[in-house]
Amino acid sequence: MVDLTLRVNGKEHSLSVEDSSLLSDTLREQLNLTGTHIGCDTSQCGSCTIHMDGKAVKACTVLTAQADGSDITTIEGIGEPDNLHPMQEAFREHHALQCGFCTPGMIMAAIGLVNDNAELDGEHVRKGLDGNFCRCTGYHNIVKAVLDAKQRM
Amino acid sequence: MTAETGIGASVKRKEDARFITGTGRYTDDINLPGQTYCAFVRSPHPRATIKSIDTSHAMQINGVVEVFVGADLANDEIGDLPCGWLVKSKDGSDMIAPPHPPIATNNVNYVGEPYALVIAETAEAAKSGAEHVVADFELQSPVMDVASATQSEQIHESVPLNRSYDWELGDKDATDAAFEQAAHITSIHIVNNRLIPNAIEPRAALGSYDAASETYTLYTTSQNPHLERLVLAAFVNIAPEARLHVISPDVGGGFGSKIFVYAEETAVIWASAKVGRAVKWTAERSESFLADAHGRDHVTHAELALSEEGDFLGLRVKTLANMGAYLSTFASSVPTYLYGTLMAGQYKTPAIYVEVQAVFTNTAPVDAYRGAGRPEATYVVERIVETAARELNMDPSELRRRNFIRPEDFPYETPVALTYDTGNYEASLDRGLDLAGYAGFAARKAQSEAAGKRRGLGFSCYIEACGLAPSQVALSLGAGVGLFESAEVRVDVTGSVTVMTGAHSHGQGHETTFAQLVSDKLGIPFENVSVVHGDTRRSDYGLGTYGSRSIAVGGSAIANATDKIITKATKIAAHMLQTDEEQVSFDEGIFTIPDSNESLTFGEVAFSAYVPGNFPLDELEPGLSEKAFYDPANFTYPAGTHICEVEIDPETGCTEIVSFVAVDDFGNVINPMIVEGQVHGGLAQGIGQALLEHGIYDSDGQLITGSYMDYTMPRADDLPDFTVDTTTTPCTHNPLGVKGCGEAGAIGATAAVMNAITDALGVRELAMPATPETVWRAAQGE
Repeated sequence: MVDLTLRVNGKEHSLSVEDSSLLSDTLREQLNLTGTHIGCDTSQCGSCTIHMDGKAVKACTVLTAQADGSDITTIEGIGEPDNLHPMQEAFREHHALQCGFCTPGMIMAAIGLVNDNAELDGEHVRKGLDGNFCRCTGYHNIVKAVLDAKQRM
Repeated sequence: MTAETGIGASVKRKEDARFITGTGRYTDDINLPGQTYCAFVRSPHPRATIKSIDTSHAMQINGVVEVFVGADLANDEIGDLPCGWLVKSKDGSDMIAPPHPPIATNNVNYVGEPYALVIAETAEAAKSGAEHVVADFELQSPVMDVASATQSEQIHESVPLNRSYDWELGDKDATDAAFEQAAHITSIHIVNNRLIPNAIEPRAALGSYDAASETYTLYTTSQNPHLERLVLAAFVNIAPEARLHVISPDVGGGFGSKIFVYAEETAVIWASAKVGRAVKWTAERSESFLADAHGRDHVTHAELALSEEGDFLGLRVKTLANMGAYLSTFASSVPTYLYGTLMAGQYKTPAIYVEVQAVFTNTAPVDAYRGAGRPEATYVVERIVETAARELNMDPSELRRRNFIRPEDFPYETPVALTYDTGNYEASLDRGLDLAGYAGFAARKAQSEAAGKRRGLGFSCYIEACGLAPSQVALSLGAGVGLFESAEVRVDVTGSVTVMTGAHSHGQGHETTFAQLVSDKLGIPFENVSVVHGDTRRSDYGLGTYGSRSIAVGGSAIANATDKIITKATKIAAHMLQTDEEQVSFDEGIFTIPDSNESLTFGEVAFSAYVPGNFPLDELEPGLSEKAFYDPANFTYPAGTHICEVEIDPETGCTEIVSFVAVDDFGNVINPMIVEGQVHGGLAQGIGQALLEHGIYDSDGQLITGSYMDYTMPRADDLPDFTVDTTTTPCTHNPLGVKGCGEAGAIGATAAVMNAITDALGVRELAMPATPETVWRAAQGE
């Protein structure tokens, strides 16, 4: 077991986890932050994307022990229903989600993409989000939402 | 209600509020006190006899609570997983469905088939336990090739020739006669590649048993919780329906794969009573690849007879459909009643004959995947029509136009058992040609060729029969269940409305569309309508969501229940206004006596319904809540034209879709934004089949595309922007004039892409998926 501290969505947590615990599992199982979803076992789908020290990261690629002392933001930490993050607003506005399962990871990845790139066009967005699967939307509306959110962020 | 939220408005979705904030509630998000975790032990062999299973080592693993094998379920008289659609062979005999125990007992027949389950205190302990279950297998050589399956070793004792059925549809003699008259015959050999559905949420189940009430509760990722309950009650013998509560909470995509009743939730709900604690299982993605029902997988030879002028005279189709190792829940209906019946397409082909043999192989079961039979049919018809046009040196759009069923021909009875109610195929073709800039294609092609590239354009003018129903037809064709839908509209005391539906939303946006429908009809604010689904104790009954049925069948049931509300509320209003109900009219949420200044709001009438101070109780019941079961007279027939334009680099074999146009006729549309989204998603799956996706087993029976690193799912940079539009001929036989839109993209797109690629390369046939290697080889003339 490893004892560590995580700052998650602005709140400090002291945790004791198995050496082999993945950050994605710790967020879901120990902190009950079930907005971070798990869609695969090979770090291919991107549903578990969160922000770690400001960078978009697939939480299943991080051992919780590695995250000791980090500042983590999950989908639950970026906006409230009456005060949404511009990316959340844009996803809703452009119908960039259907079943909603990939959506938290997609939104967190898209925020990372916008933060990291001063210039973005549709092709950049498509390449930038190619670590995140969506099986419902065909990505068409996701691209529109991300480009629109960029204007608002 | 306002125009911004009524029928026809692109209302933003209610359900998004939780999905974009991470507060959706999917099965794996739910935990019960004291729950245990389940891991399945899966066969590493495609075909073997189980000599013995040793669970003792697994029981030693710290945290393991119990290990069960197939015999434990059999001892409790847990039934087999049934196939719910009986298909008959040409000779009148019933299809053969081999025994399908949820947990294998004597034999395993595909890699990934579960033969034991381990229950433990943690998921890790369960998985560790599963690794320590030791089975002694006697290996047998697997049957892997669909084309030779009937000549291979027999997999199931009860299934000679490895064949479930040998089915036919249409008039063989008339079709043969048509071929004798033909001036030209086009024939084509088609392999419709196996697909693995891959909803991004893996399947999951959480079962619990309350000994005091002898009641089971199952949370599971189902597209049809009532059907799940029915099968578990009536066939698997878990408990009568009244003591079996099935909840499908938020479900992360289905695409057909979550229709079926699987081994895992069956074992989990059974085990919860055995161990006296809740049991939870969530699939790993590798399990989804191995054990979710796969889709497609046909081998077909087809021939089209044409006159000298290009009139279609006859179509002959012979298909081998791979069922996998067992018949999954609806597997038998997919290559028959959802396939052969669609072979007329949009055309007046007078004689059609279809033969389908369903065969078993040692692979995962194959069942409905988005479109289910109709993409396969469209692929046959639209590939052969395009090929015929090239052989006759005719413009493929003009050959189609020449043979279209025309608006004045409806209702149109096809030679393959369907009667199309309405349509205007030329309208969608013309709109498509316009949006695709067809007139400028030759110039664009010349430009590409000047740059060393190859450019091609392909059409697909698809039709689908959807809105699955009607019961009468389905039951006469062998369905084991009725195919109606139910709805209940409950008006609350303060005038808000709760709608219970038997349809299930796993991405389709029913909470929005159905609320639009009810608020529009009742003239009340959209915000005041809430939609409840996915819970067998809250909705009366229902068949769930698949086959693009939710709006056409479920929506119609809601419309009818809402009409009953208006009828009852009008009675109450008449009582309140002290007049006869014939004197009261209802519009935009207001009851009035015309030519008077007397009126009541919907809310006032609703309140009165529950505060019936002076109701004449022998004539007027208190309360305002109505139910409807809707069973339509016919299928609905969405149709459209998809046009794909590609540019290929012959040096690399890379195909770029430079334009994809989809013009669809879905009848009336409630929410255009949601409908467009459904089309986009379907197109992505249809294009995925053409360019990227392929579930492959090697000759030893191992699934070699068993992860996202091996099975190529479409990513954002694999797909183009789409151009989508609609034309409208309202359905003639349901109250909303709607047809359904969920599968059209997946049905139409694949043929359009392959027609475009073969056009660009100047080749007749090309195997799917058209990967860069396949395309490069064809471009090199290999």
